[in-house]
Amino acid sequence: MNRHVSALALSDDSSSPLFHYVLRLADINLILGQRLGETIGHAPALEEELGFANIALDLMGQARLLLTYAGEIEGKGRDEDDLAFLRDQGSYLNVVLAEQPNGDFAHTIVRQVLIDAWQRATYEQLASCSDKRLADIAAKALKETEYHLRYSSNWLVRLGDGTTESHERAQRALDTLWMYTGELFESDDLDRQMASAGVAPDLARIRERWDSDVNSVLQAATLARPADVVFSWHGKRGDHSEHLGRILVEMQYMQRTYPGAKW
Amino acid sequence: MTPVAHSGSDVEQRIWEVLRCVSDPEIPIISVVDLGIVRGVSIDAQGHVQVMLTPTYSGCPATEVIRDSVSQALCVAGFTDVEVVDVLAPAWTSDWLSSEGRSKLLEYGIAPPAERVSSPRTLLRGNPVIHCPLCKSSDTGKVSEFGSTPCKALYRCNSCLEPFDYFKCH
Repeated sequence: MNRHVSALALSDDSSSPLFHYVLRLADINLILGQRLGETIGHAPALEEELGFANIALDLMGQARLLLTYAGEIEGKGRDEDDLAFLRDQGSYLNVVLAEQPNGDFAHTIVRQVLIDAWQRATYEQLASCSDKRLADIAAKALKETEYHLRYSSNWLVRLGDGTTESHERAQRALDTLWMYTGELFESDDLDRQMASAGVAPDLARIRERWDSDVNSVLQAATLARPADVVFSWHGKRGDHSEHLGRILVEMQYMQRTYPGAKW
Repeated sequence: MTPVAHSGSDVEQRIWEVLRCVSDPEIPIISVVDLGIVRGVSIDAQGHVQVMLTPTYSGCPATEVIRDSVSQALCVAGFTDVEVVDVLAPAWTSDWLSSEGRSKLLEYGIAPPAERVSSPRTLLRGNPVIHCPLCKSSDTGKVSEFGSTPCKALYRCNSCLEPFDYFKCH
């Protein structure tokens, strides 16, 4: 059922490939930012709560810039708020890693490292792509992402090379989340189309950079890198896990109850 | 409110003067000009003013407040036809903080950025020495990468034991 709906969401949509590509970049920020927002009031220490809140703020800022651009590309009058709050599940194009639950602190940190490293490698390439607006947004986002990666990787090292319990929790988080990383590097028609337009980076290159960064963190953290798994969930084509629906219910509740409401 | 007559660069100087009085809402001691947020100012023959701002962080919640403050301040000064434009590139960097801005930060109790952005970065690099803005000791430690605003980190002085904000090098 989910698969059928999502296939329609993309193939029926006459919007440009660039629109969908920008949504993929925007949605990973929007959904991960929303997940980090859930940690407020529940983080283990005030400083880490501030950390997650500030990272979420950066991600939301990047999402806003990207969603605004996507709306302009689409040209149907949808702005950042319409795209953030009024799309249905099958129209969100984030990778499923971003929508995975927060779990314990180790789980949140591992998810963050995996995505931060991917965003850093991606923004680095996008900062010199052929689409000026995207390049400008990426150049800005890259600086912020370096802070995110520094924060999350330093924490993963402390957890991995920490107590017996923190090491076990970090390894468990890694083992659980690893299978979702494959999607970050799977090239599909849209990726190839955008790559030949000089917009999207070559995913093999992203993979190399990501592997290098993640391997050095895992080594410093004394954590074992899990084996790669073939996994066929495609959030970037609107095929989501059971988690996204619940995230959207909370995120979209106000706009759907009071359409057009503004602060 | 009498609309201000336009006559070239005198008017532009006047606009810059007005902008020097628009303070950052979170750090009221410094102006948007000190922060390096104002990229440029122009006024055309019809008196249409354009102010180009570069946001600091993508998600900075002060961005909209600053935009409104700029329009308001110019309106009060007699410029009624003002357009504030966001310029994303080149990306804002803390290197654009004026030296006046840096000393005002220090006076206010916030440690200014310790390095230039062009310093090399590695993934797990160590931290530069930050001096306590209060007692000037170099015996300080980072409490958190993120402080009260996205642009600041939280530090603590091990000498006088006071906490302080550090304006991050970005």
